Amino acid sequence: MNVFEWGFVAAVLLAATPILYSSLAGALSSQVGVFNIALEGQMLWGAFAAVAGSFYTGSAWAGVLIAVVTTALFSVTLAVGSARWGADPIVIAIGTNLFALGITGFLMRVLFDVSGTFSPRGLQGLDKMSFLAEIPVLGPVFAGQTALVPLAFVFIVVIGLWLKLTPSGLRLRGVGEHPEAASSLGIKVASYQMWVTIAGGALCGIAGAQLSLGNVTVFTENMTAGRGWIAVAAVMLVMGRPLWLPVACLGFGAAEALGFRLQGIGAPQQLTDAAPYAITIAVLVGMRMWVTARNRRPSLSAQPVPLPSQPESTS
Amino acid sequence: MNIEPVPGGPGTVAPRAPEPLSRRSRASALLTLAVRHPAVVPTGAVVLAVLIGAAIVLAAGLNPISAYSAVLAGALDLENLDYTFSVWALICGMALAAAIPLRMGEFNLGGNGQMVLGGLAAAFIAGQLDLPSILLIPLAVVAAGVVAGAFGAISAPLSTRYGIPIIISTLLLSPVAVAIVSYLLRFQLGEAGSAVAQTERFPDSAHMWALGSLSYSNMGLILIIVLMALFWLVDSRSAVGFELRVIGANRRFASYGGVRVGRLAFGAMAASGAVAGVVGAIIVLSPPYRLVDGALLSPGYTFAGLAAALLAGGRPAFVPLTAALFTILQVGGGGMERSADVPRQLSDVLQGVVIIVLALRTIVDSRRTGRSATS
Repeated sequence: MNVFEWGFVAAVLLAATPILYSSLAGALSSQVGVFNIALEGQMLWGAFAAVAGSFYTGSAWAGVLIAVVTTALFSVTLAVGSARWGADPIVIAIGTNLFALGITGFLMRVLFDVSGTFSPRGLQGLDKMSFLAEIPVLGPVFAGQTALVPLAFVFIVVIGLWLKLTPSGLRLRGVGEHPEAASSLGIKVASYQMWVTIAGGALCGIAGAQLSLGNVTVFTENMTAGRGWIAVAAVMLVMGRPLWLPVACLGFGAAEALGFRLQGIGAPQQLTDAAPYAITIAVLVGMRMWVTARNRRPSLSAQPVPLPSQPESTS
Repeated sequence: MNIEPVPGGPGTVAPRAPEPLSRRSRASALLTLAVRHPAVVPTGAVVLAVLIGAAIVLAAGLNPISAYSAVLAGALDLENLDYTFSVWALICGMALAAAIPLRMGEFNLGGNGQMVLGGLAAAFIAGQLDLPSILLIPLAVVAAGVVAGAFGAISAPLSTRYGIPIIISTLLLSPVAVAIVSYLLRFQLGEAGSAVAQTERFPDSAHMWALGSLSYSNMGLILIIVLMALFWLVDSRSAVGFELRVIGANRRFASYGGVRVGRLAFGAMAASGAVAGVVGAIIVLSPPYRLVDGALLSPGYTFAGLAAALLAGGRPAFVPLTAALFTILQVGGGGMERSADVPRQLSDVLQGVVIIVLALRTIVDSRRTGRSATS
């Protein structure tokens, strides 16, 4: 078992991509102060919609588009319910996750008259970037992947820089940081929360489409199998900062890819199953201890408490 | 992140008209009181969900009335009632595990891990010790409660000391426990030469006592009922239960009023985990009398229980009823599929819809009180 080969890098990317998209959705939600644990259900719906769309239209990219649009619609319940009507996003998310699990299985039976697995003959999967095959490093890593894989990193970098560098990104972060302050500056808090959550739904649609039309070309009942929860863990690990997501997601993707290989040789896969969660909780505790220790230091050295600074004039 | 744990609880009902009422306004005041009754919200959510479910079934070109009657027939048929009650006990147990932290406004999303650890502890005792039944079964159940309770209790200091919310720590710790148990079953404790990762069948002395001639329901059912009664007693009749609800209503006020939040959170999470562990023990000590990898989780008791607890608002008196509702959906789903040809996944759809409708009840509140619900 050779971990240091390009094939393994490709496997890591393949495993990481759905988590990258869905954790980006979760990170955006967390930036506007919505704790989004509906990723699992939204991704599952996206995976189903992509396969159904590809089946009916005969085009995989139309399937992706249908997945994006319908998953965004799917997330409207969470978006409007939590932002406009003050409902608890956690409770809605628990409900929509159960709903997604049920409705995808239900529709699979009603529309296609199969249960468990849906892979009709001629179902179009997403094209692989096989034109890269001749290029030395890119070839073995990306030739077997869909265009959605590199696009995930583009999305993350663009959105991450947008949040960091632009005024609208600053407003968005302000909504999560201090809703009252943001509101007092004339920012429509509820609108930001709502549209960001819906955009997150669209991202989960891409995640699902990549899962069902990119990684494989099939829909199986509950095929997300906890990836949405791993995405939630990734969001917590990076504290909602999108630019750090690739680190977390590639790490978790490596755990999944390694798990597959371990399973292949009969070694315990459970270690890598648990790794994303164990690492996240350990990092959360560790950072908290570090912050506490750092905050204690100045008071020990009896530094004078700095005077409150002049109120800054806000533009 | 905190939900209102006590909708319509103490303090929200305010008959604020001291002057003599005309007959008409008294009637409307009575009506207001009736509308504010705590049972109204869950009942309304269920009714709406049933209607939405009927619309979905109709849209699929199937008959909703025959679907629903098949659900009821499947779950409440006299021959099936034994099985239905055994499932009710498990869902009720997991609902209880979710309801205890819900009283203080916290979510326990780690029921899976706690249940599996409980199952592991019970399986270990049942498989290793050679004791008479009268000692072995209580020991296995208590061990399950202790192990799972200790595991659940970890989340309390993580929240009060390290500022990691209980919902997050339970969510993250649970898959770790599931993986550990799965590993142990596959590589350490599993039956040699079996294709399935499972323990050996426990000796007869470790089989949960039967209830008369029933083949599914056993003493586990009684145990869960006792635990429910205990929860009701503590919640409504003890200072601890009151303090727990005060934490749920306003944590800082509770702390100001002298409630030891950290201690109570620890106790509540330990109790919650222990109940989930006992559920795991009951499953393991019932047929097929083995701990089978994944078998505790696949029926989805944890989230059905969580849904039941949410629908009940964590109220001890409502939990058995809402758990019964979700049990009927789960057990009746199979019957519906067989006799009405409606996919059993409709049960999951309905569970989800009930919870979504319940969460969105705030739309009524925000209209009625005329306040903007934006944060």
